[in-house]
Amino acid sequence: MSNKLSEPLGKVAYTNARLLDPKSGLDAVGGLLTEGESIQDFGPGLFRDGVPDGVAEVNCGGKCLAPGLVDIRVQLREPGDAHQGTIASTVRAATKGGVTSFVCLPNTDPVIDDMSVVEFIARRARKLGQAKVYCYGAITKGLEGTELAEMGMLSESGALAFTDGDKVVADAQVMRQALSYAATFGLLIVQHPELESLSGGAMNRGKLATRLGLPGIPREAEIILIERDIRLVEMTGGRVHFAHVSTSDSVDVIRRAKDKGLDITCDTAPPYFALNETAVGDYRTFSKLSPPLRAEEDRLAIVAGIKDGTIDAIASDHSPQDEESKRLPFQQAAFGGVGLETLLPVSLDLYHNGDMELLDVIGRLTSVPADLLGLTAGRFEKGTPTDLILFDPDEGWKVESHDLLSKSKNSPFDGRPVQGRVIRTVIDGRSVFGADA
Amino acid sequence: MEDDALDITPYPHRHLLGIEGLPPNEISLFLDLAESYVEQNRQANKTGSLLHGRTIINLFFEDSTRTRTSFELAGKRLGSHVINMSVATSSIKKGETLIDTAMTLNAMHTDVLVVRHNQSGAVKLLSEKVNCSVINAGDGSHEHPTQALLDALTIRRRRGKLAGLTVAICGDIQHSRVARSNIYLLTTMGARVRLIGPRTLVPCTFAHLGAEIFHDMNEGLKDCDIVMMLRLQTERMHSNFFPSVREYFQYFGLDYEKLSNAKEDALIMHPGPMNRGVEIDSEVADDIGRSAIREQVEMGVAVRMACLEILTRESAKAQNSAETPNPAGAKF
Repeated sequence: MSNKLSEPLGKVAYTNARLLDPKSGLDAVGGLLTEGESIQDFGPGLFRDGVPDGVAEVNCGGKCLAPGLVDIRVQLREPGDAHQGTIASTVRAATKGGVTSFVCLPNTDPVIDDMSVVEFIARRARKLGQAKVYCYGAITKGLEGTELAEMGMLSESGALAFTDGDKVVADAQVMRQALSYAATFGLLIVQHPELESLSGGAMNRGKLATRLGLPGIPREAEIILIERDIRLVEMTGGRVHFAHVSTSDSVDVIRRAKDKGLDITCDTAPPYFALNETAVGDYRTFSKLSPPLRAEEDRLAIVAGIKDGTIDAIASDHSPQDEESKRLPFQQAAFGGVGLETLLPVSLDLYHNGDMELLDVIGRLTSVPADLLGLTAGRFEKGTPTDLILFDPDEGWKVESHDLLSKSKNSPFDGRPVQGRVIRTVIDGRSVFGADA
Repeated sequence: MEDDALDITPYPHRHLLGIEGLPPNEISLFLDLAESYVEQNRQANKTGSLLHGRTIINLFFEDSTRTRTSFELAGKRLGSHVINMSVATSSIKKGETLIDTAMTLNAMHTDVLVVRHNQSGAVKLLSEKVNCSVINAGDGSHEHPTQALLDALTIRRRRGKLAGLTVAICGDIQHSRVARSNIYLLTTMGARVRLIGPRTLVPCTFAHLGAEIFHDMNEGLKDCDIVMMLRLQTERMHSNFFPSVREYFQYFGLDYEKLSNAKEDALIMHPGPMNRGVEIDSEVADDIGRSAIREQVEMGVAVRMACLEILTRESAKAQNSAETPNPAGAKF
């Protein structure tokens, strides 16, 4: 097998694998055959009579073979702040984490509010031949929250959906127009749900913030914004997706809106179901995230929300920050944590803790987010590109920030023992991480 | 028995970053030692030589007159070198300089760094980067341990004890490091703490710290032994925590009328500097029979001498040689 882009690919047989395809509900031991860049066949009975001549064999040793992860919330720092992360360093981190496709926020510099930036990023990423990089377009020009960006044309040039990244569309009238206008083209609006005027703090409001003498961010900042936007969806017939929901009430409010049949979806990120505010400890700035880590009851509600499907997808919310931005007194330190390389193992907590089936957890990381953004990735389908991962769901290891491939090392999971490791990542038929890579 | 007691390290920490978590015996250690310095400070010759040859640096990232002077006097009366460094936060690139400054001073073999900073947690961050002892002289809204110790010493000298007393702390609790350190110290020593102020400045989350909350001053002061007023930071007026000084004084300013709810001999305290006519009526502040405000300042020097002495004891150092500081690139 070869991983050189220029060399032609033959046929490869992945044998003795636990096939996990959440889209079709397949969870069985079997094989998968690829030819060139695409999947040719897969199923429990495949290669029962051995691997045909002329086909290279990859014996999976009974480990899990699943579609590559689709991460719908990643911050690229190139163009703009390449010292915190380049397209190249981000795709390497993604590939190691088993993420074969990801969607980047438009908060690059320049902002992705212009077709040329979409094309620049696509061109750069394609050359690297690793994880596939897609873009969100900005809802408003310069992410300033006032004038709508050219959503139609951005969409034509490749933007999958629209968001102002880690900035909320604060003005209700602007959000109303954005939802309305986007609905004209059937486009999705992704909101960072946080009422700005209530979000001046540094961590979750409550006992711990009081003890530490830090200004709190009340949970209501998130809930109020979600409630407002649900009303605007009702009013406009638009489609909204809430990023990284973090409170129990957010889950309740979204559950009720979904029950009413509104076109509303949401995701959360591993910190919100695997950590709570106590991770801040004594001013640990790696645990300073936006939204802030919440109380234990919120964490439990997020787990329940993923389990019952109120929370559709899991995204890494990968937010690189350099050391200088984090080596500061807590209130002055930057928000955000890297997550591409811990997305799978931390999400597998949901399986190991007995909350969800393995296949369901993988679904929230693959086909569900892909479907939300209209990508055909995240599933096994004959004739489609071979983006897959081989992983051991049980292998234990410890997250060490200095081992991360991500250029910025600010992981909120630094030092945490986790279970589940990617053994091999295959993109367009080529092994780009693990054996042969 | 007494020899045994000397063998163990009574204060097994390298720094004094806060009161939270200190057990009663460690708090008493500071208070008892400070007591002996009160007398020394009243002599004509106030200077000893216990810390002869030691270097203490007052590193103040935030303006201060009394705390800095108090530490300076404390250091000099123990015979050490004291250097004052004031770093105006506005003129430096945030934070970067905090760690760089710490490393620089560390390289100069300082014995004790006394640090004030306007950010909660900043003193702890700095303490992780140095080999010397660090005393928190106030970090943001977090803690101000020496203020709580001097308040406790003042109360103990006037009342003979801390346990069983009811102490009301009034004013801007939300943003006050003095309030937090006092809540921890007083509750640890068995006193009851009441917090009094409008809901905007005394949020309900403080109940978690073990204090009782009142929004009506007359009710809150009822039968209190001690009334501790905090300075109202009038620069916060623009954030709508309260509508005007006039209205604030009417409901939460300390005057004789409101004070009449407290015990007849209730002691009045204030960490200073006072805004007369804002949080405290001048008449009350100057009432020699009841106000302990000047005594607090006197106790400040004694308490800080005790802190400096305890943190520079060799035994404390030996005990904690294992607690090496994080190098610059370590986890944070």
